Amino acid sequence: MQTAAILSMENITKIYPNGFIANKNVNFELRSGEIHALAGENGAGKSTLMKVLFGEERCEEGRIFYKGKEVKIDSPLGAIKMGIGMVHQHFMLVPSMTVAENMVLGLEPEKAGFLDREEARKRTREVSEKYGLEIDPDARIRDLSVGLKQRVEILKALLRGADILILDEPTAVLTPQETVEIFQELKRLKELGHTVVFISHKLGEIKEICDRITIMRDGRTIDVRMVNEVSEQEISRLMIGRDVLLKTDKTQAKPGGAFLSIRNLNYTDAAGRKILNDINMTVRKGEILGIAGIEGNGQNELSELVTGMKKNRSGQILIDGKDISRKSVREIRELGVSHISQDRMTYGVAADAGVADNIMADRYYRKEFKRGVLLNRKRICRETDQLILEYGVKCDDREQPVRMLSGGNMQKVVVAREFSGDPRLVIANQPTRGIDVGAAEFVHKKLLELRDKRAAILLISADLTEIINLSDSIVVLHDGAVAAYFEDAKTIDPVELGEYMLGIKKMSREQTGGAVHEQ
Amino acid sequence: MKQIFNIIFSTQFFYSILRISTPIMFASMGALITSRAGVINIGLEGIMLFAALSGVIFSAASGSAWAGFLGAVVTGVLIAVLMSYVALVLKSHITLTGIAINMFASGSTVFILYLVTGDKGISSSLASKVMPVVELPLVSQIPIVGDIFSGHNILTYLSFLGVLFTYILLNKTVVGLRIRAVGENEQAALSVGAKPVKYQFIAMLISGVLAGMGGAYMSMGYVSWFSRDMVAGRGFIALAAQQLGQGTTLGTMSATLVFGMADALANNLQALQMPSEFVQSIPYVTTIVGLVVFSIAKQRKELKRIRENNSKTA
Amino acid sequence: MNSKTIEKRFDVIRTILAVIIALLIALAVIVIVSDDPMNALYNFLIGPVTNARRFANVIELSIPLMFCGLAVSIMFAADQSNMASEGAFYVSCAVTSVIAVLWELPTFLHVIVCLAAGTITGIIIMCIPAVLKAKWQANELVSSLMLNYICLYMGNYIIRTRVLDTSLGITTSLGFKETASLPNLIPGTRLHLGLLFVILAVILCYIMMYHTGLGYAIRTIGQNKNFAKYAGMGVGGVVLLTQVMGGALAGFGGATEMIGMYNRFQYQGLPQYGFDGMLIAIMAKYNPALVPVAAIFLAYIRTGADIMNRTSDVPYEIISVIQSAIIMLVVAKMFLNNLKHKQIVKYSKMQMEKKEAS
Repeated sequence: MQTAAILSMENITKIYPNGFIANKNVNFELRSGEIHALAGENGAGKSTLMKVLFGEERCEEGRIFYKGKEVKIDSPLGAIKMGIGMVHQHFMLVPSMTVAENMVLGLEPEKAGFLDREEARKRTREVSEKYGLEIDPDARIRDLSVGLKQRVEILKALLRGADILILDEPTAVLTPQETVEIFQELKRLKELGHTVVFISHKLGEIKEICDRITIMRDGRTIDVRMVNEVSEQEISRLMIGRDVLLKTDKTQAKPGGAFLSIRNLNYTDAAGRKILNDINMTVRKGEILGIAGIEGNGQNELSELVTGMKKNRSGQILIDGKDISRKSVREIRELGVSHISQDRMTYGVAADAGVADNIMADRYYRKEFKRGVLLNRKRICRETDQLILEYGVKCDDREQPVRMLSGGNMQKVVVAREFSGDPRLVIANQPTRGIDVGAAEFVHKKLLELRDKRAAILLISADLTEIINLSDSIVVLHDGAVAAYFEDAKTIDPVELGEYMLGIKKMSREQTGGAVHEQ
Repeated sequence: MKQIFNIIFSTQFFYSILRISTPIMFASMGALITSRAGVINIGLEGIMLFAALSGVIFSAASGSAWAGFLGAVVTGVLIAVLMSYVALVLKSHITLTGIAINMFASGSTVFILYLVTGDKGISSSLASKVMPVVELPLVSQIPIVGDIFSGHNILTYLSFLGVLFTYILLNKTVVGLRIRAVGENEQAALSVGAKPVKYQFIAMLISGVLAGMGGAYMSMGYVSWFSRDMVAGRGFIALAAQQLGQGTTLGTMSATLVFGMADALANNLQALQMPSEFVQSIPYVTTIVGLVVFSIAKQRKELKRIRENNSKTA
Repeated sequence: MNSKTIEKRFDVIRTILAVIIALLIALAVIVIVSDDPMNALYNFLIGPVTNARRFANVIELSIPLMFCGLAVSIMFAADQSNMASEGAFYVSCAVTSVIAVLWELPTFLHVIVCLAAGTITGIIIMCIPAVLKAKWQANELVSSLMLNYICLYMGNYIIRTRVLDTSLGITTSLGFKETASLPNLIPGTRLHLGLLFVILAVILCYIMMYHTGLGYAIRTIGQNKNFAKYAGMGVGGVVLLTQVMGGALAGFGGATEMIGMYNRFQYQGLPQYGFDGMLIAIMAKYNPALVPVAAIFLAYIRTGADIMNRTSDVPYEIISVIQSAIIMLVVAKMFLNNLKHKQIVKYSKMQMEKKEAS
């Protein structure tokens, strides 16, 4: 079915205030009634392009044509009025308010100057029935599951008369069941004549529901194809610019004794939720232990407990045979522990500080960087310049604020700090999230190098390919507990691994007991 | 001790709580509305001070208390506009902007007072007016209740109408819904076309009106003159009251009355043989203690919740 | 040149432009309200440099301003909005006065005891909001603003009950002992040894902030507390320490001011040096080396306004207009922002084209 273009964006260029060029002369075209995939690696400029379309960002150059006419979209409201709706990754919902209140926010029904709640409920019910998306109008947003929140977002856009619906990586936060559901919903929307933009880098999903695909790389449009005429390999080559190395060249690990031992670890968060439930595992010298699992199954808490950032737990954590329950973050780091946090902007860097200041944060107090009570500037400059060179950080100079760097370069700053100084235990939590492929490969290479230098490595990642390719052994976390242990990562069937991650299968205590080794 | 009890259990004491709470009540409602919009209005103090001076000058010039009141409210709004423009449009640090507004008010009111009266301390040379006192019909006939609730300055009653207004605004109106949306999830509000800056601006304007009334009460009800820095931290106390009230109208009102009571007690204790400096410190000490007690209570509540959850799961 | 230098350059331009605009507003007000604006303007702008004594006044006044500016800079650099410098300064003055009036000690020792007592008082006061925040998460901004009022009454109480001079109508203390006085530096002025102290303090604070591990930790914590914690810094301790240092500076400043400039306690209210300290810290971007520049500027316009107040019909309080306008414009991100964005866009495009070409 060949239909006319409903929307086209021509020569879009967007430069952020920090000078980062997110879109360079990008062209994008949508046909009426299609599900159109917008694919590309993180940082390829997909989200920025859609933000421009939705009026959230203003582009420096370029034109947008909608239904045959040139349009200026300078606010989300303008986009909504034209019939363009967007569902963000971070939900645009007010948690303390009800579904109905969120639905009508911005176009509230009034009665004698007051908010007409009854009418709001009615409208919510109407749109929910029309599209067959069930929702309770009186439920508070904060009580809803992620999938239901997403549904409210879609309904919100439909209530506002969206013809074009932009979904920014909608499945990233969903369980497999919820993913199945949303795919059905999207197909139904298509039947009803809506046009959908599906931003994703998951090739399987794109193959499953999309009609056409626009591939972006490095801020530019690379190609536009019919999905059924292009293979997954081809898409990934276009996205990345070369064939993906599906297997890293990796030698067999020769694990030594346990360096990190976790015994009967339990943790309950401030809100009273049980996050970790009786965890037992060890990481041995010279091995990479991968933690597989859907995000939010206790991985972040595990890494923060091991590095001392969180306390108030029960159970025992031994690093190099030493109990760390009473040790500070610095004392733990002094044991040779380094840590890549999953949240780079919050923990990984001080964005306004320079590259050098970011690199020195874990070592500035050491003798070699001091001269009496003063900092030894010369020594610090030498150290940071050398690391910038060694880790290939692209920056103007060592004083440049890291917020001006790209995601990949920022992560290289983090890695330069955490991987230098011969760590003996590396906690790498989502070490390649949101960075370009080149930088990711670099991080992988460095992790393997460290392993071969006999460091113990705990690799946490939501990216299954990364986990399977890099790890020597794998632990699966589900719902805060060890759901499975695989001694040899090479023999793992990804499908089976997925079943453990989703909680469909679970190993017995005896089977997961293999994750514990002697010192 | 007996003397203190005599004071506390007198109708006069309760009467004075309402009298003393009035300016803080106006300001704390202003603080509440702006905080629900996600803005901390540190400038309430300065807005009140400007309004207080304005009320005196306008009422003296026109010979009408109501004209003075109007002048005070308009002044309050104008200062709120200035602060909102700098903080929201020019995107400056809201706290520092508020402090700058207070500095501006502290000096400029003296500056203007001097230009108008030739005096830098007090406006006694101006024949300014005072807002009328209202005897509530029927209520004033009831013993005790009448003594406490009747015979207040009209602005005292207006301050309670202000509480009602705030409640309705936040919970029953479209503007209130959007103010709350903006304060809780700015991006969400923006995505449906409720511009955060617009609703924060509206909230600031309303708080300007309320603080303007509070300022008018200071110089045209509480006392009948303007003196330098006469607001004396009431704007900050209002902020603390709002914090203690945990974002609710009723809670904020209750906290304000507690602070009003501390202040009333202080005024009465002055009659006893307490050093005047201690007595004068009481409202501020109460505020700090209030902040701490609030935090402890919050922590306790959280701990309790955790323990309950643990016992449930165990 | 790169985008970083563009940003830095705009920071400087913005501060200077803010000062100019603030002065223009003040000048406009003077022209409007004064019957003899030329005279008022002359005294305001040129007054402080018309004779040596007046210029000495500027320097004298800048001493407490620098102490408070340093105190606020250190705390703000660690992202602590503790405004208690005002109260710490005031109570330190009162405590110092009591010791200067009542204690009998040899010259040298008396001065030292006065300074030490002032410093300790400052530390204690400044730590109150810090501890309340650390222990109970009580908002330090509100609590420190409240504390300033309490400090005012506390200071008054100390003076009234211990060393009040009842012979005068207003609240002043009895005269200080001869032994409790800082030596004068230049005869004919009131310039005192405190000037050397404050210069030393500026140098030490600068070295501390930019050349020691502690200063590095302070700045890192101010930029991203979570990052600092993650990297292993003792955030709680450093944060408390900034407030101890802030209190020490404000308190030492108060004591120095008392025994350097005065021979009795004669404040009739909070002297506002704490709030001025905030203004100075903001203008100096928390850099101790720039604190003297900002402090002397502020002392200059304060002295100018004072001369104008005495010689014309424009009251001293005009400076509050200047002060507040500077704060608002310096911290306003959008002020000149469009211009900055355009420059950065231009630069990035140039870079892109260069890259394409090669």
